[in-house]
Amino acid sequence: MTDFLQMGGYAAFVWSAYGLALVVLLGNVIAPLRQRRKLLREIARAATRMKGGSTS
Amino acid sequence: MASWVWFHKLGSPKHFYALSEKLLPWFAYATAITLAISVYGAFSAPPDYQQGQSYRIMFIHVPSAWMSLFIYVVMAVSAAIALIWKIKVTDLVAGASAQIGASFTFLTLCTGSIWGRPMWGTWWAWDARLTSELILLFLFIGYIALRSSFEDRAAGAKASAVLAMVGLVNVPIIHFSVQWWNTLHQPPSVSKFGMPSIDPSMLWPLLLMAVALKLFYITVLLMRVRCEVLDRERGSPWVQELALAENGGAVQEAKR
Repeated sequence: MTDFLQMGGYAAFVWSAYGLALVVLLGNVIAPLRQRRKLLREIARAATRMKGGSTS
Repeated sequence: MASWVWFHKLGSPKHFYALSEKLLPWFAYATAITLAISVYGAFSAPPDYQQGQSYRIMFIHVPSAWMSLFIYVVMAVSAAIALIWKIKVTDLVAGASAQIGASFTFLTLCTGSIWGRPMWGTWWAWDARLTSELILLFLFIGYIALRSSFEDRAAGAKASAVLAMVGLVNVPIIHFSVQWWNTLHQPPSVSKFGMPSIDPSMLWPLLLMAVALKLFYITVLLMRVRCEVLDRERGSPWVQELALAENGGAVQEAKR
């Protein structure tokens, strides 16, 4: 297990590369999720205001 | 002629939204599975006889580089299609691709730098491939900045489309740089004529990772384009109903 983590002495290089990749991938997933939530909230608020404050 | 009708419908944001709703889970699961198998392959392949364990950065760096080029081409082509044929959805694809492409270009440059430090003894060199890839990053950023700098969205889309198309020349430059110039960066081992000069145990995770990242790109692209559709169509009843349905609780809170 320690051999695996050590990566033949290149641990810092290999793991930072994979770590950065993980950050980039997660960022690309989280950004549209947050944007969607924000958008739908805005649109819902605007729609309720237009309808005079009632949603039911 | 039914196929033309379907294709034509796809250009409509509302139909795109409905279709992407069905496709998204498939792409998401396919991405997760191929990614997991690729990473497993990346770490079960034997160490390189010259570079030892550090070569494993290749499984991130190379597919990432391929993605940066692929996404740029998709972005430029869809921007051109939107410009010429005025298809809304292709414009949204171009816009959504820019940030994704920029992030992969950034990842390529950083992982290349991290790999270069132990192997070449330097974080950076102004060699042809590295420099032209850096220019690709500037092109992505320039596209994003230009697109958002106009009050009128259509004008922004047009101007940035021209930039994207002009920048397309950089893609073959990046690809052929290692053959045209004396570079520090090594020549191609995979995307060249003849058999790839890389061991099969290292080749399959590399290729599978490339597939995984393409599936990933499609997944997050669909997610982003769907957001753009909601934004552009926010005045229409179907979007408002969707927003109210997903925010029923929150809106009640605001009333109180």
